[in-house]
Amino acid sequence: MDSRLLHDLTKLLGPRAVLHEPEDLLLYEYDGSVEVARPECVVFPRATADVVEIVRLANRHKVPLVGRGTGTGLSGGAIARHGGIIISFSRMKRIVEIDAENQRATVQPGVVNADLSVAVEHLGLHFAPDPSSQKACTIGGNVSENSGGPHTLAYGVTTNHVLSLEVVLPNGELMRLGSAALDPPGYDLTGLFVGSEGTFGLVTEITVKLTRVPEAVKTLLAVFDSVDDATETVAEITARGITPAACEMLDGWTIRAVEDYVHAGFPLDCAAILLIEVDGLREVAEAEAKDVADVCGLHHAREVRVARDARERDLLWKGRKNAFGAAGRFAPSYYTQDGVIPRTKLPATLRRIGEISKKYGLQIGNVFHAGDGNLHPIILFDERNEQQFRDTIRAGDEIIEFCIQMGGSITGEHGVGMEKDRLMTLLFSEADLALMRRVRDVFNPEGLLNPGKILPTSKGCGEIYVRPRPAAAVPSA
Amino acid sequence: MPATPPLSGFAGADKPEYADYSRCVHCGLCLNHCPTYRLWGQEADSPRGRIRQMQLVDEGRLELGDGFVTHIDRCLDCRACETACPSGVEYGKLVEVARAQIEQHYTRPLSSRIARDFVYRRLLPYPRRIAVAARFLRIYQRSGLAALARGTGILNLLGLRDRERLLPKIESTFFFDDLGETFPAQGPRRARVAFFAGCVAQVTFSELNRATIRVLQANGCEVVVPAQQVCCGALPAHAGVRDVARNLARANLAAFPAGDFDAIITNAAGCGSTLKEYTHLFAADAQERNEAAKFTSKMRDVCEFLADLGLTAPLRKIPMRVTYQDSCHLVHGQKIREAPRKLIRAVPGVELIEMELADQCCGSAGVYNVTETEASLELLALKMESTRATKAEVIVTANPGCILQLRAGAAIHGTGQEVLHVVELLDRAINPAAGRGN
Repeated sequence: MDSRLLHDLTKLLGPRAVLHEPEDLLLYEYDGSVEVARPECVVFPRATADVVEIVRLANRHKVPLVGRGTGTGLSGGAIARHGGIIISFSRMKRIVEIDAENQRATVQPGVVNADLSVAVEHLGLHFAPDPSSQKACTIGGNVSENSGGPHTLAYGVTTNHVLSLEVVLPNGELMRLGSAALDPPGYDLTGLFVGSEGTFGLVTEITVKLTRVPEAVKTLLAVFDSVDDATETVAEITARGITPAACEMLDGWTIRAVEDYVHAGFPLDCAAILLIEVDGLREVAEAEAKDVADVCGLHHAREVRVARDARERDLLWKGRKNAFGAAGRFAPSYYTQDGVIPRTKLPATLRRIGEISKKYGLQIGNVFHAGDGNLHPIILFDERNEQQFRDTIRAGDEIIEFCIQMGGSITGEHGVGMEKDRLMTLLFSEADLALMRRVRDVFNPEGLLNPGKILPTSKGCGEIYVRPRPAAAVPSA
Repeated sequence: MPATPPLSGFAGADKPEYADYSRCVHCGLCLNHCPTYRLWGQEADSPRGRIRQMQLVDEGRLELGDGFVTHIDRCLDCRACETACPSGVEYGKLVEVARAQIEQHYTRPLSSRIARDFVYRRLLPYPRRIAVAARFLRIYQRSGLAALARGTGILNLLGLRDRERLLPKIESTFFFDDLGETFPAQGPRRARVAFFAGCVAQVTFSELNRATIRVLQANGCEVVVPAQQVCCGALPAHAGVRDVARNLARANLAAFPAGDFDAIITNAAGCGSTLKEYTHLFAADAQERNEAAKFTSKMRDVCEFLADLGLTAPLRKIPMRVTYQDSCHLVHGQKIREAPRKLIRAVPGVELIEMELADQCCGSAGVYNVTETEASLELLALKMESTRATKAEVIVTANPGCILQLRAGAAIHGTGQEVLHVVELLDRAINPAAGRGN
């Protein structure tokens, strides 16, 4: 990194807010995904003004900039693919304002998703997007990735909960997008920014909607001896016009993995479980819970259990939300896929995943948002085994290809990042991609913001791309 | 590309093993639970980052040098990350052996070496030396020297004002005199237990120890205090001084014949956590590990034990608003969250108000408040904000170290809150005269 730039950054932020030693940078080459790339510098702004200055400096030196929250992402969104500066928002984590009457809050990007919900709990409110990593991931990260979660089935994804954004454009311009009032006129630039994976601008403040905690919540656990029965249950619940707040499925292998951690009483010998939540006014929730239980029964559920209290409900959800991490109990590494299919294609897709698992001899666990057809196959591998790692990526790609054949998509909520840019060509034509590129160029013409993400840089469709493994040793200083 | 793989920076026994650290799948769910990550926001001071640093040293990609030592030293070893971790990474075990590697292969500055050598090798293992040191400290505290030091502002000048407040008050009688005694059960005997008295606690928490015995007696326990017991070895083990910890463990295994008791009880969550993990110290020797396993199977925290046994002693009403601070080594180290709360709620008139982030470390963390004073005081300030917000009159906790830290916090931040151990609260409810002595 240019020593002049380093000097200016240090002068601006102080030495404790600038990391540039190799041993520090090694700790920013990863996130929650399997991707790896090393930045040249990591900075920790404390205020929007710091961000503006950092962006101006980087722009002057034409150095790439990558925003980062807690680094829990699963597509390499917060990794500096082409080097440059990582802006860590871990010290911008203040809840600026809570406006209970108007059900909104303004936060800095480093506020942790679950911390906002905790802070407004006493007002009977919560922040609805609930990614599995919500106890650690930041709202800034949620905005960049347009994160979803189990409850997005009824409540929508992050973009449905963002009212306004303060952003810094790559030239250092500070902009306010959207408005705290609902439905502002003009182009929906806020909507454009949410999910742009840090390629349009750096978000420095977010005004979000807060959602009332429903009067009643019923969480059902339905246990099945066949995966097909479980998936058919999902199809019929929606066919009957019931929209559960959440509808999640875990297969037998995954259940055994998480039960070891949460002790929620998941049956260890079943083929699949559905975790279904209905909420709303007490009478409505109770009636829907009964309907859901009936449908489960019709499709041969071995058992349908309703959580008796908040503690039981939390325990069931803890099982679901920790499913990825629990994989660490069975293999040194895992690769989580994020395909989307129409929910009627669930049985066929799960069978195909089973075949792929057999073909490569890789254990694949399945946990997914069944209600919206968003699959999360977890492929286990040992990263010391180069061949196995290649096979893992191949297996993941084959799953995604099948999702596309089924009329689905390459990612539901984890983002494209550097993991799937090469797969974009499977889904979009050259013309589609060119249009996207033109939109990006309006905000980020020189490609300095999070380069190498979302849009493929070359025609690499379908070819096996082997990620660079952590390479060079740190020179001992 | 290197022709030969680089050599591991770790060597010998007691090192982070691949099977243990590779359980970490770098999902990052631990980060927001880690007090030092919350303070500084740096990956290097997060559990995931520390585990990655261990891996990098093991792979020969990072030197076992100043940077590594700084970040591993700054860890509180509070193990909140273990509670958050879905993959079941045993972080506490990893950080202890990482420190064992530092102890073996890294040269600390001379002053630090002298201090560590004195505390871990020459003081803690020897009860008699602890008593002598305590007498000297008592003279300082009682003779007016302490008041003089405070009054003249010399402590402020040396930057030691808050540090001095963290010093435990040496009591008038030491618990060492009670070693070897047996205390009969009141009423029909429901259990026969051995009491683990601690090391420094014997000169600073002898009243707590006596309260613990009274509460056990009142609930039908015969309490034996084995004479030959020594320090549990937690502080040396946390610091990576494994040989000392191992020798102390051996002495305790001999002092507590597990077969003679229904349970072995401690009132110190920090000690209990290490005592329950004695098997970790003997990973290399199956016979010793088996001996340790017999011991650990009987080891109980006093809250855990009493909550399971059920309180039978009549409890008088104490109208009081209390909040409970989870001791890290009880809630994260031993996974005991409900037992102390159950006991507190059992006291008629007591209203338990939960504080925010009760299971975040108060900054005590063994000797952390001495070695990393600045961070410790920052964490303490956050903690006192939470306790103040509850408007509780009393902060209850489950470990002597936490009690000292919280008492200092109440003084520094002027919250006016009293700090008690769970058993001290019970003791007051059982014995109207209790808690008036000091």
